[in-house]
Amino acid sequence: MTRKLVTVTAGLSNPSSTRLLADRLTAAAEEALADRGEKAEVRVVELRDVAHDVMNAMTTRVPTGELPGILEDVAGADGIIAVTPVFNASYSGLFKSFFDIVEPGVLDGKPVLVAATGGSPRHSLVLEHALRPMFSYTRSVVVPTGVYAASEDWGAGGNGGRELSERVARAARQLALLATENAPAAAEDPYEEPTPFADLMSGLGA
Amino acid sequence: MQFGIFSVSDVTTDPTTGRTPTEGERIKAMVQIALKAEEVGLDVFATGEHHNPPFVASSPTTMLGYIAAQTEKIILSTSTTLITTNDPVKIAEDYAMLQHLAGGRVDLMMGRGNTGPVYPWFGQDIRQGIPLALENYNLLHRLWREDVVNWEGKFRTPLQGFTSTPRPLDDVPPFVWHGSIRSPEIAEQAAYYGDGFFHNNIFWPATHTKKLISLYRRRFEHYGHGKADQAIVGLGGQVFMRKNSQDAVKEFRPYFDNAPVYGGGPSLEEFTRETPLTVGSPQEVIDRTLGFRESFGDYQRQLFLMDHAGLPLKTVLEQLDLLGEEVVPVLRREFAAKKPAHVPDAPTHDSLLATKGSATTDTEVQ
Repeated sequence: MTRKLVTVTAGLSNPSSTRLLADRLTAAAEEALADRGEKAEVRVVELRDVAHDVMNAMTTRVPTGELPGILEDVAGADGIIAVTPVFNASYSGLFKSFFDIVEPGVLDGKPVLVAATGGSPRHSLVLEHALRPMFSYTRSVVVPTGVYAASEDWGAGGNGGRELSERVARAARQLALLATENAPAAAEDPYEEPTPFADLMSGLGA
Repeated sequence: MQFGIFSVSDVTTDPTTGRTPTEGERIKAMVQIALKAEEVGLDVFATGEHHNPPFVASSPTTMLGYIAAQTEKIILSTSTTLITTNDPVKIAEDYAMLQHLAGGRVDLMMGRGNTGPVYPWFGQDIRQGIPLALENYNLLHRLWREDVVNWEGKFRTPLQGFTSTPRPLDDVPPFVWHGSIRSPEIAEQAAYYGDGFFHNNIFWPATHTKKLISLYRRRFEHYGHGKADQAIVGLGGQVFMRKNSQDAVKEFRPYFDNAPVYGGGPSLEEFTRETPLTVGSPQEVIDRTLGFRESFGDYQRQLFLMDHAGLPLKTVLEQLDLLGEEVVPVLRREFAAKKPAHVPDAPTHDSLLATKGSATTDTEVQ
């Protein structure tokens, strides 16, 4: 069966190392799904392209441009790959803003692979102190392996980037497992199935 | 079909002159706007209720009573009455009094209020917003329908042998709309009672508005008040018009760009594309408004937001002339021609009085 993946990447330059990592994770996830006999349908979202729309939604809640379609795909995804550059020792503001406008409940139970890029390995714990708590708050199922890539991981380090490749493959396998085993997102739609009035009034004076 | 205006009562600096009206000027301007609404043939004037600056409308029945004394036809309403932080006993009394003074030209729209700090000023907690709206309205509904009420609930002191006075005019409680922009619980509540449901869609794409209205219509039918397309629906709208479309855009842009609610967000063009805001010629407003019917079905009440964002009174009055002379007459004709016979108009005091005494009191709460 076909599993839907949405990769959200918050890199700003073109090409960016964040997008590079996002592409590697996406390809690895497709491969890992194929190993499990599953097809993948992938959408890669460059947040820079919708940066103004994200701010529009932030300031007035009105989703403009491509944003409504992107939010719909996020809601319908079997798995999400979320990649941010590290700015000021945390995720970028654009990355945070995007996930701030995702409606509450949408990420509940959704497998998320967290990844980040930075100029220095000293920020690698950003995955643990910033990204993982944020996605825990949204009740996502965060993949055990997070992937952080510093400049030296791209091949300049002692082992030619092999460790990064291994982490990418491991994280992708874990995401594929969760995306496959998780029942396809069937979030309850309160606009389709409202709580009946009698239940709403339960415990209240009538 | 009813056409009217609703005001949020904001005191906002006019960005083109830098001048801010005083509270007194704004209050008097709202009254003039209401009188103008009647003069140009609109059906409804509704005022918001707010208890924090920069808004002045903290006391809706005082203002509406003053307007009632100077008008003859227009229905006086609210947008919204805070069913969460007002004591339902006081709402029952105040609006029944207003109903008598206005000769029945009164209805209300219930709303919760979305500003957290306001709640504790009135002894409440925003986290209880939905339960407050449910319990308080349930009590209000009874106070207008039962001469003597014994009641005990979660949020206010119990009532023993309480009679809310004055009793509603002709024993016909004011018609109630429930306003909500995103809560399915409120659509469910409106459907349960067979009351009206108002979606202030001015900040929302049609896809969202449609979900809530469909839910309300479906549940209205479920609770036995009629077919889904007979449910009583109201919609918001905001427009700025000049004969020439480009003139409207040019004149309105500084107000849009600087208004507290839009400024720094989407461009005027993006906002008009994604939401009901229409800035252009009267014909564009007509086309856009007729489009609401295509999206949401035949509906009963259309309220426009006209006096906001620091627009000067003179401009607002000009806008009302355009609305009354060029837009509403066409809309009345077009909507009437398209509406099937079985779809009702919005209830008024007269229509409710006429149907009173019929065997089924389908709004009775058991």
